Amino acid sequence: MWQEESDLSLSIAQIVQKLKGSSLYAQLERQAWASLQRTDIKLESLKEDIKRFFKTSGWEKKLQNAVYSELSVFPLPSHPAVPPEHLKEPLVYMRKAQGSWEKRILKSLNSMCTELSIPLARKRPVGEQKELLNKWNEMGTDEPDLSHFRPVYAPKDFLEVLINLRNPNYENGDSPSFRTHLGLIQIPLKVKDIPELKELFVELGLTTGQLGIDDSTQVPPELFENEHVRIGQKVLAEQDSAAAQQYVRQGSPTALRAELWALILNISSQPEDILYYEQLKTNVIQHDLLVDSLIYKDVKLTASNDDYYFVFEDYLYQVLLCFSRDTSVLGHFAYNSASPPRSYIRGKLGIEEYAVFYPPNGVIPFHGFSMYVAPLCFLYNEPSKLYQIFREMYVRFFFRLHSISSHPSGIVSLCLLFETLLQTYLPQLFYHLREIGAQPLRISFKWMVRAFSGYLATDQLLLLWDRILGYNSLEILAVLAAAVFAFRAVNLMEVTSLAAAEAVLADLSTLKVMPLLQIFLFATVT
Amino acid sequence: MSRVLVPCHVKGTVALQVGDVRTSQGRPGVLVIDVTFPNVAPFELQEITFKNYYTAFLSIRVRQYSSIHTQAKWVTCLRDYCLMPDPHSEEGAQEYVSLSKHQMLCDVARVLELRLILRQPSPLWLSFTVEELQVYQQGAKSPSVTFPKWLSHPVPCEQPAPLLEGLPDPSRVSSEVQQMWALTEMVRASRTSRRIGRFDVDGCYDLNLLSYT
Repeated sequence: MWQEESDLSLSIAQIVQKLKGSSLYAQLERQAWASLQRTDIKLESLKEDIKRFFKTSGWEKKLQNAVYSELSVFPLPSHPAVPPEHLKEPLVYMRKAQGSWEKRILKSLNSMCTELSIPLARKRPVGEQKELLNKWNEMGTDEPDLSHFRPVYAPKDFLEVLINLRNPNYENGDSPSFRTHLGLIQIPLKVKDIPELKELFVELGLTTGQLGIDDSTQVPPELFENEHVRIGQKVLAEQDSAAAQQYVRQGSPTALRAELWALILNISSQPEDILYYEQLKTNVIQHDLLVDSLIYKDVKLTASNDDYYFVFEDYLYQVLLCFSRDTSVLGHFAYNSASPPRSYIRGKLGIEEYAVFYPPNGVIPFHGFSMYVAPLCFLYNEPSKLYQIFREMYVRFFFRLHSISSHPSGIVSLCLLFETLLQTYLPQLFYHLREIGAQPLRISFKWMVRAFSGYLATDQLLLLWDRILGYNSLEILAVLAAAVFAFRAVNLMEVTSLAAAEAVLADLSTLKVMPLLQIFLFATVT
Repeated sequence: MSRVLVPCHVKGTVALQVGDVRTSQGRPGVLVIDVTFPNVAPFELQEITFKNYYTAFLSIRVRQYSSIHTQAKWVTCLRDYCLMPDPHSEEGAQEYVSLSKHQMLCDVARVLELRLILRQPSPLWLSFTVEELQVYQQGAKSPSVTFPKWLSHPVPCEQPAPLLEGLPDPSRVSSEVQQMWALTEMVRASRTSRRIGRFDVDGCYDLNLLSYT
């Protein structure tokens, strides 16, 4: 009990410290000052009266949402003396592996820089700044020569790094033994099995209504859909983050999704947020970064070629270019195993006062990065809100998909979860694919790294991302990947090469996500 | 609760194994670490902290005096405390752990020596131990000060003088003023931790190459 109490007071102190720097704190202060004019606030019982005022005027709910948001994002420390790198990643060998991987990326970026003789960053001349400002809403029409640029890395390069990840304290014998995993990942992380997943995803069960299943045309809306929409409207009226998160586990109605996601991520468009976005836009106009070209190239290669997303090309530039300049993203490196790349002002190498992060947000985009933003364009058309939503989704979820960590939602755990599920529940298929040299992870890795963006139809993808937000976990990506293999198992048993297996699984655009998940978790006879 | 680090001497780990350590194939699953406290009188154990390295279960025995005049005896104060919920997987393998005296099975008031018994039943790991072991005892309580007599033995309350007409009750006024003073002190003490958001240095963002350190 004593331990729990001291943990609780430590957590409370930490959350208070974090909230002190937020705009909500400033707003609450302003509200408290303004409330002194009210007649029901008496000087003698100042504290109690103001607390009561906050409760009745809805500000307490906003504070609750902010605290809930902090709890969902930041891991609670188990021990006060834990060093900061332990919070980023507790396992030492994974930290080292992430460090080596980052070094490779930096070398690649540096060599691109020297080969092409392009500076990492330069200040734009005034004429160019004016031009860019005029063209801001149609940057897609620009056709810069990007042929010399290549993406810094692609998902398959990252997969090779994960395959070679080894724990030095683990018995990695030269000859295969009971310790060798049959899949590609050789790290003994704890992953859930189907009974545990059934407990976690209990709202996806056969007896619970789902959007994506129970809203199809054959099912009369009175059975589930109407009531679900009514509850959704009530949740939005109450403005309660926790309730919204619980609600979207059964899917979010299309009309309410934008507001529900904003409520769950605790995003409210205040004037200062719009001002902040405009400031980022100014930063883009003033300085030209090498990563901008990488972003251009990525958008041109991926989103522009996609039937669903090419219309949003301009939005993608507006979001991603500003994202690179946003120093508030640096805060997420406290719980991300990755670290932001550093550099020095020219001529001041090694002098700490002239050390900066590059890019300003510390995130180097890879091939396919723009696909994290593209589906959100269907929900939000106002650039600053779209930007805020994407930034929050990135610092809560997407960063885990491209950094090496032992977190249960990290990409290493997702890969291991996928392989373990397949091996346990589809052993014949797994064995067959392994024998023909088509390790299943080689096919499903790209789906999981992109959170299925660009592979599923958009409405199905949004239903999937509803559940990511609802369960605050990315494990559903691994479950869906295994469910897709289970669905196409008959065809896959007949293929005889990796290329043929890839062909069977090339087109996922006709798949319905929720029935697949439900059948795999709750209706498969094992 | 304040605590004071007790300087300790951690002896090398001793593996317990059936048969000859050198010739047998398997690795030991039980290790014993002895911790002695040279030059320190028997003390009350407050807290033990350490960093785990792949130990699955921990037992702790203490050699202590159960009361002033008896012999020092070995007592188990922690039995099979689980550090890794699944010994075959990485969960909890490198965590920082803190054990307080409230979690112990017995009173640890006069400790002479500690013995940590580490168990790792899984054959997957090459070695296991605990690192950065630190032992704490109760910090000194605040020193007792002799108060002046009128403070420690206040005169019993006299009947308050009858209130003058129209003036508020003095005790109520003083409690309200105290509350307001406390609030103003809190406001003065709190400082905002808002970030600035600049990524350049004095307007300049002209960079060298990325650095590897």
